[in-house]
Amino acid sequence: MDRKSLKEYLQLFLSFLKIGAFTFGGGWAMISIIEREVVTDKKWIAKEEFLDLLAVAQSLPGILAVNIAVAVGNRIKGKTGSVVAAIGTIMPSFVIILLIAMYLTPETIKNNEILSRIFKGIRPAVVALIVAPVISSAKSAKINMRTAIIPVAVALLIYSGIGVISNPILYILLGGVLGVIYYSHKQQKTVADKKEEG
Amino acid sequence: MNIYIKLIIAYVKIGLFGFGGGYAMLSLIEREIVGSGWITSRMFTDIVAISQMTPGPIGINSATYIGYVATGESVLGSIAATLAVVLPSYMLVLYASNYILKHRDSVVVQGVFTGLRPVVVGLIASAALLLMNKDNFPDYTWSIALSVGAFCVVYFTKIHPIWVIIASGIAGLIIY
Repeated sequence: MDRKSLKEYLQLFLSFLKIGAFTFGGGWAMISIIEREVVTDKKWIAKEEFLDLLAVAQSLPGILAVNIAVAVGNRIKGKTGSVVAAIGTIMPSFVIILLIAMYLTPETIKNNEILSRIFKGIRPAVVALIVAPVISSAKSAKINMRTAIIPVAVALLIYSGIGVISNPILYILLGGVLGVIYYSHKQQKTVADKKEEG
Repeated sequence: MNIYIKLIIAYVKIGLFGFGGGYAMLSLIEREIVGSGWITSRMFTDIVAISQMTPGPIGINSATYIGYVATGESVLGSIAATLAVVLPSYMLVLYASNYILKHRDSVVVQGVFTGLRPVVVGLIASAALLLMNKDNFPDYTWSIALSVGAFCVVYFTKIHPIWVIIASGIAGLIIY
């Protein structure tokens, strides 16, 4: 590997290391920072192309920030670039969490009087942090009284804890398959309606 | 089965079916990890809290933490789980991107997302329900007040969740 491309890989790595280190909460918080870094500052790719990569990364499963890193890395420097960008993104949280796992074990929390009081206050707040996105995601998915049955049923069946019925994967698969059936049916209807009108 | 293989299978599943972002992924993680008895529900909540206070996506944070704990405190476990959660989407981004970009208006791609949207809402709700337990709400007074207060701040203001966690930690220190 020549010096020039080594330097390019290093830059790619450092950019995504920075992105991984300074974004709290992942996901959408990371997107605008990634965009600023790779489109505005480094000018590695055009804005249009970034939006295409984002659309794809969003539609695939997994961790959004990592998906974007892989897509951008691959676009700029091929497969090696995708690995370099992915490791850069993951590295900061990996190191921080590993240190926490080593020194802040569940036993430490339980046996330390102050920590256990702090966490006793934090736990119910964390639950609230998960309730809030239920409502905001329901709004953005345009859930109404009629379609509310889907998320309600999914949530209760997973909560029920009954064997396969409580497995989230079941509903992800069902959602995908039924979505295709529903969508193609709806499209056929629109086409038929248009024909009737015409 | 070897604990590393089990851990890798669990996190490959989480990575492969983790649609809809970090919060939606929580119910998958809870099913695979708490369900396997590797950590307790209380530890799971603590990991979510720590994830919110540290940089990086929750999927990575949980993999790193649980990989370490589940393998009897081995760094190798952390590495294995973290790589496992990233692997499926890594392959998909590299090999399925062009297909999706070309067919993004197709019935199949649009249909899958139409169907997944309401499911994702249910997944997040199930994670919230699963965490509403005695471990996280040891009393019916302060813990509920803290939860309602935190919800109002996060939902009605633009204050970052980190501050909510810090404030509730301080509140816990004073109350308990």
